[in-house]
Amino acid sequence: MNTQKRLDPTALRADFPILAREVHGKPLVYLDNAASSQKPQAVIEAIAAFYRGHFANIHRGVHTLSEEATVAYEEARDKVAAFIHAPDRRGVIFTRNTTEAINLVAHTWGRVHVGVGDRIIVTEMEHHSNLLPWQVLAREAGAELAYVRVTEEGRLDLASLDELLQGPVKLVAFSHVSNVLGTVNPAREIIARVHAAGARVMVDAAQSVPHLPVDVEALDCDFVAFSSHKMCGPTGAGVLYGRPELLEEMPPFLTGGGMIRRVKRAEATWADLPGKFEAGTPAIAEAVGMGAAVDYLSTVGMAGVWAHEQELAGYVLERLAETPGVRVIGPPAEERCGLVSFTVASIHPHDLAQVLDGEGIAIRAGLHCAHPLHERLGLPATARASFYLYNTLEEVDRLVEGIQKAQSFF
Amino acid sequence: MENLYRENILDHYGNPRNQGTLENPDISCEWDNPLCGDVVRLDIRLTDGRVSEVRFSGQGCVISMASASMFTEEILGKTLEELRALKDEDVFEMLGVTLGPARAKCGLLPLRVLQEGLARKGEEVTEHCEGQG
Repeated sequence: MNTQKRLDPTALRADFPILAREVHGKPLVYLDNAASSQKPQAVIEAIAAFYRGHFANIHRGVHTLSEEATVAYEEARDKVAAFIHAPDRRGVIFTRNTTEAINLVAHTWGRVHVGVGDRIIVTEMEHHSNLLPWQVLAREAGAELAYVRVTEEGRLDLASLDELLQGPVKLVAFSHVSNVLGTVNPAREIIARVHAAGARVMVDAAQSVPHLPVDVEALDCDFVAFSSHKMCGPTGAGVLYGRPELLEEMPPFLTGGGMIRRVKRAEATWADLPGKFEAGTPAIAEAVGMGAAVDYLSTVGMAGVWAHEQELAGYVLERLAETPGVRVIGPPAEERCGLVSFTVASIHPHDLAQVLDGEGIAIRAGLHCAHPLHERLGLPATARASFYLYNTLEEVDRLVEGIQKAQSFF
Repeated sequence: MENLYRENILDHYGNPRNQGTLENPDISCEWDNPLCGDVVRLDIRLTDGRVSEVRFSGQGCVISMASASMFTEEILGKTLEELRALKDEDVFEMLGVTLGPARAKCGLLPLRVLQEGLARKGEEVTEHCEGQG
């Protein structure tokens, strides 16, 4: 309890088969974790073992395989609920990804609660996935879409939030961690202010749940969305956590098999939570894989993951600061996760990413699905290096060497 | 990696041909790549049904800018029919390098601008289109 177990990234690397491969004859340095993380053998094997030995459709058959598959699927829900400290497993809805989870809320809660003249607040740093569902809803409902300002340093301007909360606000949607700036936003404080104003919050936790301990009860979240594939799990599975009392009064999102209680010719009644929001055959093996990912991260320890990323963030900012021509976007290390976006003078990020790829280093280049943020800060496309539990300080050095090589090349 | 940045591509990037804009062009179009924000504008003047003058402007990576520069040389003297017949393969052949799916979008940006400009040309005599991706 008092001495935090230090994470050993070199030992953890052995758990991830893909990290042993080479790219263009060089050892892979994978720094695109904000886009998607790699998968440990435990997750790959859990999915394969499920298909090999236990697969059938869930919640339908009385036969043994269907029962085993149902148990595995529901156990995955319990694991996810425990991982985010959800007080009630009925609030954990499996979706395809973060985007679908946010759209679910916009299409159901949003359509019931947001009307003409109401205000929806987002922030200037949102990923399009937590912006467009609200932009579309606002246009359909005749509501106003307002933006919390982002400061030049890449922080949310909470004074502008307070101003916007004066109006007829129904919902505030914000990222826990920015996928471009790396900023860890003060979620607890923001949520308290929003609740004091009588509105609800939608937290895009796609970049936080994989990287730091998240307690949805302590944060007092109404809705939270995140994706399996960014946290060592497979693609195709994501989660919406919602307060059960809110989810219960919401209409269904998609309708069809598996989400009903009784169907008559002219009307139907809906299944209890969480089934009401899981229409059709879900991504069963992917949910099981997500459960295995949660097991893996829990064994490593999220406090250790967070501490490790803080160390990497501090080191990469230090190394980039001493590299001429590099401009870093966003706040200081102590306010960010292991993610850094930057530009290199006179080298377009695409060309930088191409040169780095030749060195076996994977980064992202572009606008990172956040056009309004780039417009707000007057940013061109940027390069982004994003870290995870298996990245090392030596890989930061390889990144800096790659940048220097690009500088000598162009 | 070095294969992609061949001498002719770096030459066109460092010494762009036909860079700038035209006054009262017959075809003018600007378009961007929503993934990265790269933007290319083409201004084309037609004389007797052929491209008599062409300028490009914009900002972007080595591949998109070099491609735009080479593209202006490629289309000079062509008829509208010949412009309409240009295909992705023609651009890849012009560049002389193999592009993966991500960088293909960079290399093809000038062709997309031309295609958009040609499509809009039918609507008005001179059409300035705004690319929004």
